[in-house]
Amino acid sequence: MPNLSDIVVQVRRDILRMVHQVNSGHPGGSLGCTEFMVTLYFKIMNINKKFTMDGKNEDLFFLSNGHISPVFYSVLARVGYFPVSELKTFRKINSRLQGHPTTHEGLPGVRIASGSLGQGFSVAVGAAITKKLNKERHIVYSLHGDGELQEGQNWEAIMYASANKIDNIICTIDNNSKQIDGDLKDVLDMGCLKTKFEAFGWIVLNIENGNNLIEIETKLHEAKSLCFKGKPIIIIMKTEMGNGVDFMMGTHKWHGVAPNDEQLELALNQNPATLGDY
Amino acid sequence: MKKFVNQGNNDTRSGFGAGLLELGRSNNEVVALCADLTGSLKMNEFKKEFPDRFFQVGIAEANMMGIAAGMTIGGKIPFTGTFANFSTGRVYDQIRQSIAYSGKNVKICASHAGVTLGEDGATHQILEDIGLMKMLPGVTVINPCDFNQTKAATIAICNHIGPVYLRFGRPKVPNFTDINQNFEIGKGIKLIDGNDVTIVATGHLVWEAIEACALLENEGISTELINIHTIKPLDEEIILNSVSKTKCIVSAEEHNIIGGLGESISGLLVKNNLVPMEFVGVEDSFGESGTPSELMKKYGLSAENIYKKCKKAISRKQLGV
Repeated sequence: MPNLSDIVVQVRRDILRMVHQVNSGHPGGSLGCTEFMVTLYFKIMNINKKFTMDGKNEDLFFLSNGHISPVFYSVLARVGYFPVSELKTFRKINSRLQGHPTTHEGLPGVRIASGSLGQGFSVAVGAAITKKLNKERHIVYSLHGDGELQEGQNWEAIMYASANKIDNIICTIDNNSKQIDGDLKDVLDMGCLKTKFEAFGWIVLNIENGNNLIEIETKLHEAKSLCFKGKPIIIIMKTEMGNGVDFMMGTHKWHGVAPNDEQLELALNQNPATLGDY
Repeated sequence: MKKFVNQGNNDTRSGFGAGLLELGRSNNEVVALCADLTGSLKMNEFKKEFPDRFFQVGIAEANMMGIAAGMTIGGKIPFTGTFANFSTGRVYDQIRQSIAYSGKNVKICASHAGVTLGEDGATHQILEDIGLMKMLPGVTVINPCDFNQTKAATIAICNHIGPVYLRFGRPKVPNFTDINQNFEIGKGIKLIDGNDVTIVATGHLVWEAIEACALLENEGISTELINIHTIKPLDEEIILNSVSKTKCIVSAEEHNIIGGLGESISGLLVKNNLVPMEFVGVEDSFGESGTPSELMKKYGLSAENIYKKCKKAISRKQLGV
């Protein structure tokens, strides 16, 4: 297996090229979560690359903030769920790679549609309950945006999970502090997420630098060691939106905007190919 | 005219509860979720017998739909239970994305549909749920007419792979269908043979339609009555065969006429055989507080109104308008 940092750079290239070719999609959050997604799929999860919807006897992952589909698709392809060449169909007509992830077109690796925000916690909790009913010891992972937590359904699920001791889930918040209209604190201040989750009875772990592969891996291992102890686990992961492309960092501008030809070239020059482009 | 014997008034929600209990005994993958209405949904017996497969989610219907969707991953067959209003309108996007679009095998079981919920009033009396659910691609929509049929439908939907909306109600109504019936999804049931007019009724309106047929018979009018328990997929054949004989039709449902069964039938007729059609349903309004029977009468969901609409349909046929 190539080393993780090489995979990260290649995934960044995939993301940039995918959104560029259709002049749409969400590069900012995708780049911000690249290190996390690569670590999760290549180092942490116990998965069966022969995809089944039921996903019995393996770990599961749910992407709740479906708009970061570029990073999800790239990682799924790079890990071997479907041919890397299929990335070129992203957001095009008759593609399995819809703008937001869906099971509807039968893309291996996707187990729920997401895009309309705030539904992933509930789905992850449901899948985790089924794993318990099936007497499995595997873990359900999920990723959520921080702005997404403004949706009320999340808190229904967060309340349910601790009350019912759902202790086989590790949910991660992509805490980039930005949403489409600007900074979270300006749009709708979320206050202290750590305090909120603790008040809801979750084990809270923090990743101070969510773009640091070592820290991500260490914290995910720690989270795994805390599973099956009666409490759900949340990781609040600080990330940099647009990470790895200097002009996309430090701003919410690239949440849902694709680079033009010139910007793409600049961005790709900062991330030279490692595993080969699709 | 064929006579139907009321085996004793009973509520359709109890039919659901009885069916669910049987499923619990026969299929280990069946799980039930409820949003703080276990008694109202008649899920108590299932809960008592299968506590490990019963999930109380509290007053959080959106979460219930999402959890149900997630539970299908790994093979469970979730049956969600709450009022029809909170099973559809409140959680439409959760159903749309996490269940319908995701193709999840969730059975959305909804009680207290329509005005017959009664005294609680319009906040709880959803009359738009059939429309909402039939518009979702891939969702089967079923509205059985009595206790026995609701029980049979509950058992039948477990064997159907895919999302289902099962709609039933609160009041005790005549229980007249066969206790051992074989419920076939998407297959209408011809209850009465007739030649002059077709009534296609669903849910609580089927019994009212039987009474309307008797009123019409007193005047020498021969009515064909079809019980359409499955609104989607619609049994087009049974309806088209009937109207090719009777040449006029009346739909009857406890639902807004906009978006309901009648609307589905009218679309079918426009494409295939344009005959005079009349609609019995709520005329694009909200409900209100009252007893179920008062409300049925006030909103035109009665045998008398079906009778009147049949007469009108026949007269339009005769006049050619």
